[in-house]
Amino acid sequence: MSVPLPVFVAIPLVTAFLLPIFGKKGKNAATVLANLATISLLVLAVASIGRTGVYEIGKWPIPLGINLVLDGLSSLLLLAIGVVSTAAMLFSVRYMEQYTAKSKYLSLFMLMVAGMNGVVLSGDIFNLFVFLEIASLASYALVGFGCEHEELEASFKYMVLGSIGSIFVLFAVALVYGNTGSLNMAYISKAIASGGLNAGLGFALALFIAGFGLKAALVPFHAWLPDAHPSAPAPISAMLSGVLIKALGVYALARIVFNVFGITVQLGWLLTVLGILSMVTGAFLAIGQWDIKRLMAYSSISQLGYVVLGLGLGGLIIARGQNLAWASLAILGGLFHLVNHAVYKSLLFLTSGSIQMATGTRDLKQMGGLAEKMPVTRATCTVASASVAGIPPFSGFWSKLILVFAAIQAGFYWVAAIIVFVSLCTLIMYLKVQRYAFLGELPENLQQTKESRGSMLVAMVFLACLCVLMGLLLVPALRCNILEPAVKVLTDGVSYSANVIGM
Amino acid sequence: MKGMTIIVKIISGWVKVLIFLFGIYIILFGHLTPGGGFAGGVILASCYVLLMLAFGREFVEENLPLPLASKLDCVGALAFAVIAILGLVLGGSFFINFLYQKYLPGEALNLISAGTIPLSNLAIGLKVATSLFLVILVLSMFRPDMSGDKKE
Repeated sequence: MSVPLPVFVAIPLVTAFLLPIFGKKGKNAATVLANLATISLLVLAVASIGRTGVYEIGKWPIPLGINLVLDGLSSLLLLAIGVVSTAAMLFSVRYMEQYTAKSKYLSLFMLMVAGMNGVVLSGDIFNLFVFLEIASLASYALVGFGCEHEELEASFKYMVLGSIGSIFVLFAVALVYGNTGSLNMAYISKAIASGGLNAGLGFALALFIAGFGLKAALVPFHAWLPDAHPSAPAPISAMLSGVLIKALGVYALARIVFNVFGITVQLGWLLTVLGILSMVTGAFLAIGQWDIKRLMAYSSISQLGYVVLGLGLGGLIIARGQNLAWASLAILGGLFHLVNHAVYKSLLFLTSGSIQMATGTRDLKQMGGLAEKMPVTRATCTVASASVAGIPPFSGFWSKLILVFAAIQAGFYWVAAIIVFVSLCTLIMYLKVQRYAFLGELPENLQQTKESRGSMLVAMVFLACLCVLMGLLLVPALRCNILEPAVKVLTDGVSYSANVIGM
Repeated sequence: MKGMTIIVKIISGWVKVLIFLFGIYIILFGHLTPGGGFAGGVILASCYVLLMLAFGREFVEENLPLPLASKLDCVGALAFAVIAILGLVLGGSFFINFLYQKYLPGEALNLISAGTIPLSNLAIGLKVATSLFLVILVLSMFRPDMSGDKKE
């Protein structure tokens, strides 16, 4: 009980409602305040590592009241959200000067952070849904923030598909409540463990997978992402691709499937197949893109496939009753890739924003030779590209290596082959970005291009340093504190319920 | 939008006070009778909608300008959050009813009772009234722009 968990939701929420009161004159004060809020959230997230706890809001006992649960998986996600939102907020300080109504932007940004932190901490499925809606609604507005024709269209498409996903989740919550008589995840899990799955609960599980799959943009449900992510302002693209689809999609899916319903062989296969489909389809679609942000958005789908694949493989091994160490390895790979992807994909989107701000275009065909004009952007983009493609010293390599090891050890040789093959495709698409954006001839109209300055550079360099250093998370001291507890939450499966009720 | 006929204007001029009072009553007695912050807030907003229909949008905008409404909207939400945080500071747990437990137990079924709940109702009432008002105002405002878009 040492960490007052509601502060993770209260800080961004209070900041969000405080900011618009400043109005136009207090724009700088509002910016500083928003940055302070994100930095304090990052500090709190770092402080929460290694702690666990259940917080009863208003001191109402668990099955009656709302409760927040902090465990390894939550604190891993909190850390990712903290890092990415700090960097994106820092980047927005200069980048969002192009747009009007900056304080409204900051307010929506903080609402989105509040929603994501809430989803990650929530201990009952209805509050999970409420926070999911807060984060989603804020993101719909942020995607259409530019108010251009294309952005509004993308925002509308995102809103329709996102609302369908939310309705699925709400419907599933109602079904679960009707069949188990509880909304608390721990109690639902207990009820399912003792009473087994009936038809209603099975349908609810299917709805949960479809709903969270829509939020995570796994392949059959991915149609909104390639429009929504490129249309948003660059820091928001970074937030959406970096953490939103993970907190709202993958985290919630993993929590429901592993900790509440319990993993089965069929569910393990389902996640594995969804992961592989996303990986391959996303990669193929990305290679053909000429819009730099659209390419990165498709690549997000592909990279998220790795995460889901890792979780699915791990679940499959657990459900078959094979060696638990292999399952841990697969899930470790998946979760490590989740954190890595949060860092390098948000960095890639920030660099794309830097390029777009300097050149005024997102079309790779109209760029070229930017390496000499924008050295820092080029360097950070190269680091992130190397990381996403899995080139050895950078972070992406290690998580993919672990996934390959896990797949081979568990006997899934073909999965290992697909992982390596998609990695190659990723290398091709990012070589394309490097070649067309940074190398080659500098077009006439871009002779005056200037490197971005100030906070934008700080944010990019910060994330680039993390990209290089993330491999260190595998050092035993850090791994035992950050990654292992998260893996253990998932491998423990439905004993989550006993942990929460017992604490 | 110039508003409706003189009959509608005069009648709604009389009725608006009653509606407004009723909304405030629903909010204030939220912890004792059916209703509460949300229902009362909707009634307050509907009073403004009536005025908007009867007298036209400009009249309402003069009465409650958009920036002011937007700020009140934030103040309502902020007040609600502050009550929750005061619970953490004074009562030891987020959202705990610290007034009821420590300072002002009050007697059941009195107006001043139930601790922080009437305060929360007030905050929610302000939030719901202003945000619903804003939604309707903004929806009525953007109609000309939409038709302009279609011509392109």
